Amino acid sequence: MRFDKKDILDMEGLSVEEIELILDTAESLKEISTRAIKKVPTLRGKTVVHFFYEPSTRTRTSFEIAAKRLSADTVSLSASTSSMVKGETLVDTARNLEAMNPDAIILRHNAAGAPHMIARLVQASVVNAGDGMHAHPTQALLDMMTVREKKGRLSGLRIAIIGDIAHSRVARSNTVGFVKMGAHVVLAGPPTMIPKGIETLGAPVTYHIQEAVKGADVIMVLRIQKERQRPFLFPSEREYAQCYGLTTESLAGAKDDVLIMHPGPMNRGVEIAPEVADGPFSVILEQVANGVALRMAILYLLLGGPR
Amino acid sequence: MDGVTDICIENGKIAAIGNEKCKTQNRKPKIIDASGKLVVPGLIDMHTHLREPGHEYKETIRTGCLAAAHGGFSSICCMPNTEPVNDNQSVTDYILRQANMACGVRVYPVGAISRGLCGQGLAEYGEMKAAGVIALSDDGHPVMDAQLMRRALEYANGFGLLVISHCEDQNLTAHGVMNEGVTATRLGLAGIPNASESVMVARDIALSELTGAPLHIAHVSTEGSVRLIRDAKARGLPITAETAPHYFSLTEEAVINYDTNAKVHPPLRTAKDRDAVRGGLADGTIDVIASDHAPHSTVEKDVEFDAAANGLIGLETSLPLSLKLVAIGLLNLGDLVAKMSVNPARILKLSHIGLKLGNPADVTVIDLEKEFKVDANTFCSKSRNTPFNGWQLKGRAILTMVGGKVVYREN
Repeated sequence: MRFDKKDILDMEGLSVEEIELILDTAESLKEISTRAIKKVPTLRGKTVVHFFYEPSTRTRTSFEIAAKRLSADTVSLSASTSSMVKGETLVDTARNLEAMNPDAIILRHNAAGAPHMIARLVQASVVNAGDGMHAHPTQALLDMMTVREKKGRLSGLRIAIIGDIAHSRVARSNTVGFVKMGAHVVLAGPPTMIPKGIETLGAPVTYHIQEAVKGADVIMVLRIQKERQRPFLFPSEREYAQCYGLTTESLAGAKDDVLIMHPGPMNRGVEIAPEVADGPFSVILEQVANGVALRMAILYLLLGGPR
Repeated sequence: MDGVTDICIENGKIAAIGNEKCKTQNRKPKIIDASGKLVVPGLIDMHTHLREPGHEYKETIRTGCLAAAHGGFSSICCMPNTEPVNDNQSVTDYILRQANMACGVRVYPVGAISRGLCGQGLAEYGEMKAAGVIALSDDGHPVMDAQLMRRALEYANGFGLLVISHCEDQNLTAHGVMNEGVTATRLGLAGIPNASESVMVARDIALSELTGAPLHIAHVSTEGSVRLIRDAKARGLPITAETAPHYFSLTEEAVINYDTNAKVHPPLRTAKDRDAVRGGLADGTIDVIASDHAPHSTVEKDVEFDAAANGLIGLETSLPLSLKLVAIGLLNLGDLVAKMSVNPARILKLSHIGLKLGNPADVTVIDLEKEFKVDANTFCSKSRNTPFNGWQLKGRAILTMVGGKVVYREN
């Protein structure tokens, strides 16, 4: 199958076949990262711009390593080091980057829709590395890769996503992606953190985490996003931990081989107890490892072939 | 006086109506042949933003007046959120001076409710009234303090000045950038609930009841607001209301693809709300169609959706979009003229209402059959921020006259 997408902006824009192709490609590229010389020449002569308008550790490092392992030249920009601090608009910044003829722009931005706007303006491939509360497709894909690797399938699995659904792009992209692949997704969190109409994405909602955990094959815990918090969503971190935090006790109803996932960064002791995060069911660091392979696959599929 | 007839205009005033009567008048008349066209009292848009003084790169009083004339409006009210704010007589004077040098369209300035639109203290209504403001509003900046709103209603009533309320609870709106609901959830945009509008509509109705002062509710967008206004009117309260064409023409779906031209305050709502607004127009709950013409340049609109300014231009699409309501049978032409001319004149207590003998000859001629494609590049407005670009519409103004002077005529 040929992959002829220009951009990767959200999970709605990918078909089942395209998702499978991305996951298969990622699996085959994973081995490169285990070699003594972790580099292949595949994207030699290609230029990838990493433009992170919002802070990021994992995603940014992951994309940079992925591009370098494929021998692409990489340039890294952040809001504080770009002319955006001088008042340049995103549109102008994008046009200027485009003038230097990059092959891909990896964009993280705090405004939903920013990558979509840029994608319409530039010839380069645009990969959404997280836009506001909207989408984080490469995170969803690496989560799907991790689950498929462990469980051998996605279809029919019961996936519980717990926490601040309202402010989470990870929740939205994972819900759309897993539902598309035939999994049963349940969303759980306090009512103040459940956005209106989210069930129309095909995932039922519960306000009780025990209900979501019950029989779950996978539990994804979302971060309490301190930087995006609005007032009055919950009384205290203490109460949040008690009522909605994933602990050894609240894990009780899940399947025996449940996977515990977290997109990071974690607030230990708030949404997830340390013993769960570091416990036997946790695949949190494997998610990070797969992130590199997944992003190599994305870059390879976007830039590797003729377009 | 519906029918096919002649109108004789002399010295800027309507001198005679009726074929026979017109023959006996002026010996050498200049004839405007409007046969087959609809001749209506000059349209009045009681809610526009002309951006001058302060934001002349978006619109000037002159370009705003040209846009009004092009759209069929002989009179417009302009909101006070300029820079400086129209909260004192010198700004009012300035606006009226600029308007006098524009194309002839009548401009009625609306003064601020609170000084600087800051919601802290009353502006000087007496002085502004003497300078020529026709009503008061903090449009764009809701009056959050209920006590201030109460006093504003009372104090304004003493001068016979109407208060126009932008009903919005800023705490409920918070960081919202579009209607709260499924679409916002899917797009990952922060939502503004309907209650943000209706709680303030309810409050202001209660304050109008408390003070006995008339209240006009601007840009009604929700089903709940329509219901509250309908109830208040049924109880005989002096409440009037307006909506804008985008609230009966569009829904929140216009925002999909993050189109910043569809970003407006209050936000575009659901189909249910749109239908309720249409129902409110049909049963008279909503008295007025006003454009809420809000020009913005690409500086404010070619940015991230979160960062984009609210508002869209409407002077040059308001009439054709409203005519669609006639086409679908929701309103008849008489209702439309009421909502776009007679009712605004009555609510604003203008001295001249409708096409009557002795009134200034403010006249709009409409070609109901004219089909056209909206092309923002042909607009007289300085700005292009419309979500209706490319729409196929039917019917528009072909001539606009103010006090007997033609201010727009289609070539």
